[in-house]
Amino acid sequence: MENVLQIIGIENYIYLAILLFSVGVFGILYRRNAIVMFMSIEIMLNAANLLLVAFSNYHQDPQGQVFVFFTMAVAAAEVAIGLAILVSIYRHIGSIDIDKLKNLKG
Amino acid sequence: MIEILFYLLSAITLGSAFITILSKNPIHSAIWLVVCFFSIAGHYALLNSQFLAMVHIIVYSGAIMILMLFTIMLMNLNISNEISKPLVTKIVATIAFCLVGLVLVSALTQTAPAFDAYVNSGQDYQSIQVLGKVLMNEFVVPFEMTAVLLLMAMIGAVLISKKDKKIA
Amino acid sequence: MDTNILLFALIIPLIGFLINFLFGKKLGKSLSGIIGTTTIVISFIISVCLFLHIKETGEAIRIHLFEWFSLKNFKIDFAFYFDQLTALWLLFVTGIGSLIHLYSTSYMKEDENFHKFFAYLNLFIFFMMVLVSGSNLLMMFIGWEGVGLCSYLLIGFWHQNREYNNASKKAFIMNRVGDLGFLVGTFIIIYIFGTIDFVELREQTVMGITASSFAVLLSFATLALFIGATGKSAQLPLYTWLPDAMAGPTPVSALIHAATMVTAGIFMITRLNFLFDLTPDVQNIIAIIGGITAFMAASIGLMQNDIKKVLAYSTVSQLGLMFMAIGFAAYEIAVFHVITHAFFKACLFLGSGSVIHAIHGEQDMRHMGGLKKYMKITYATFLVSTLAISGIPPLSGFFSKDEILMTAFHNNIPLYIIGSLASIMTAFYMFRLLYLTFFNKFRGTKEQEAHLHESPASMTIPLIVLAILAAVGGLISLPGHSWLNEYLAPVIVNNAASHPHHLGTTEYILMGIAVIGALIGIGLAYNKYIKNQEIPVNDNQVRGIQKVLANKYYLDEIYMAIIVQPLNMLGGFFKNVIELLISGIVLFFAKFASEVSYQGKKLQNGNIGLYLFAFVFGVCTMIYYLFIAR
Repeated sequence: MENVLQIIGIENYIYLAILLFSVGVFGILYRRNAIVMFMSIEIMLNAANLLLVAFSNYHQDPQGQVFVFFTMAVAAAEVAIGLAILVSIYRHIGSIDIDKLKNLKG
Repeated sequence: MIEILFYLLSAITLGSAFITILSKNPIHSAIWLVVCFFSIAGHYALLNSQFLAMVHIIVYSGAIMILMLFTIMLMNLNISNEISKPLVTKIVATIAFCLVGLVLVSALTQTAPAFDAYVNSGQDYQSIQVLGKVLMNEFVVPFEMTAVLLLMAMIGAVLISKKDKKIA
Repeated sequence: MDTNILLFALIIPLIGFLINFLFGKKLGKSLSGIIGTTTIVISFIISVCLFLHIKETGEAIRIHLFEWFSLKNFKIDFAFYFDQLTALWLLFVTGIGSLIHLYSTSYMKEDENFHKFFAYLNLFIFFMMVLVSGSNLLMMFIGWEGVGLCSYLLIGFWHQNREYNNASKKAFIMNRVGDLGFLVGTFIIIYIFGTIDFVELREQTVMGITASSFAVLLSFATLALFIGATGKSAQLPLYTWLPDAMAGPTPVSALIHAATMVTAGIFMITRLNFLFDLTPDVQNIIAIIGGITAFMAASIGLMQNDIKKVLAYSTVSQLGLMFMAIGFAAYEIAVFHVITHAFFKACLFLGSGSVIHAIHGEQDMRHMGGLKKYMKITYATFLVSTLAISGIPPLSGFFSKDEILMTAFHNNIPLYIIGSLASIMTAFYMFRLLYLTFFNKFRGTKEQEAHLHESPASMTIPLIVLAILAAVGGLISLPGHSWLNEYLAPVIVNNAASHPHHLGTTEYILMGIAVIGALIGIGLAYNKYIKNQEIPVNDNQVRGIQKVLANKYYLDEIYMAIIVQPLNMLGGFFKNVIELLISGIVLFFAKFASEVSYQGKKLQNGNIGLYLFAFVFGVCTMIYYLFIAR
């Protein structure tokens, strides 16, 4: 069976992952809503995952895909904890605007 | 055909990611993010990793995004009451976006890895069967650790989001 | 003789110390005193047995406990060595020690730290026994430092008084100077001989293997050891601590600063007589320093008004005479004088203690007088001891002092004259002390007079015993036939041959001169203080040479100016200039860092967006550095 990498080439996947990652960075810096920032983090994680899968295909090695599983598990855990923290913050200050979270300073 | 499909999917991925970030309403963001995730699942399918594509849809679109939507609705954030950021933040964010992209791309071109042409050995390396064997042989300890991690995350989430009795 | 008994004798004062130190307060005063005294008496009894045993067999006993440490070829044993010299010293240390313990039970009765006093006294006896029975220089050094510590503790026993504390510190520091000499001497001896065991050292020097090629170095070693001795035995230039040490309770002065500890230097040199015999130059120095010390201290003693200060200078003077004898290689004579001096000086100190006790702590002789009729026993014993120290035959002091002067006459006439003058002055100031204290009318307050009383039996018994010993002590070394010389013959390498004891006309004439000198001194004192009834004037009214004497030759002031002031100035320089400089530099860096971080603190303003941007920027920089910039 023909593989997509034979047609498109690994480089394009790399560029796509870079762009997606940059979009995630942009989102993190652009928004001040904590939940949207979380989403940006997810986008960045997915950029990494995409690259992992692409290289797993390229090297024909299942280990890369196994790693994607772990990334997903960690992402799930992170989102669960992060959202719990956000809920807790929201209860305390009534907002999840990160500009209002100014206690983290020296 | 596959080329067109790849570029289409890529466009959807990037576009929906942008809209996710730019849309004012968090609920819209979440929905666009789901679109983005679906397109990434499409990429996986294109790469012939069917199992991963399924898992991706289930975990991200099914679990994580639902969680986010619940949270958004719990906090009543569907109204776009966000004060827009000052201009300087937007400029800085754009600069950072360009910077990261430029640095990463130039890192790639600078190191210039020699990508050999793809050789299909015909070996099975990404069916559920193979992945399952690898997961339960080589990676069995990390796998179990992941289980513990998820358990901990669950307990932690419950503990953190529980109403604080002293304050409430 | 069973070695365990000897070790028991050594250890029992330590046990007494531990009991009194740890449980003394609970035991109560009488039990504490009984324990303190009994332990020393047991030691004394064992010492007597040891003495008789050694006298009979003539053989030294060596107790090897374990090897302390060894460095390549050099090893030091933890061992004790009992020979004739040790036995003699043990005998009078524990003997006089027991008497003084007994005396202290009533002298210190009123003191709240009674048990502590006895603990320290026991500890002192223990260290003194270690000092005299150690088998090598390092073992001796343990005792040497230990007695210094006890001396410090006991001088400052009444530590509520700031002056007394200063006196104890002074004693300690002066002794440290001497101790350094002791250590340096020890190190040089290790370098030369490769051993510090007395027996081995003696074998090596007698055979003359190594010593000849290290003549100069050996001189340095013996000189350094002598400096150690000047510290402990209060000789020029380190003697100034001893008069100040009179701040301690009187029994302490009697035991430590008259009879035992201050003779440690003489013990050490006698122990190493074979080494000192090899270095005649150092012996000359010792003789000269001894003579000058004897003269100076005696002349200072003429003008002192504090009863204990007079006795202290007298002690320094007598020690000077002993060192003079050592300088002439007449070790057995020095030892003889140590013994007689221990008897009469302990008696004098205890007598003065009895007087001080009677008039409630008054120590100024100008406020005494006429005590003869109130304190008959004290007066009688005091008189005997005073006659003994003045050198009136047939009391002990006559024989020992006369021997020293005779040796001096045969070796060095100027020193003989100096020594004789010191003796005349001794007779004068001792009788001055006697007359001012016991004769004429009482010059104190009425209240004091009403309370005058003879001391209790526990204080007078030691006085009587010591007075008897002071009277008959001379018998152990009669001129012409000296028992002590024969007894000490195995210890001293070159004795009998160099100092023949034939009695000729010269010797009789010298004896006559000495007696006449003493009588002149007594006569002068009689004329001045009994006939004319003079009372010493206040210190600020004396003039001329008397003023110099009353101020102790300004030696303390000179030390102040030469050593203490420059040190203070150096300290001040370091404190005011160097420290400022260093702290300035250090503080500059501290200020700089603090300023930078204060500015840097403003960056961390809690704005998460800024943090994130910094984070992204940092990551980009890292990637740039790692992948692009290469």
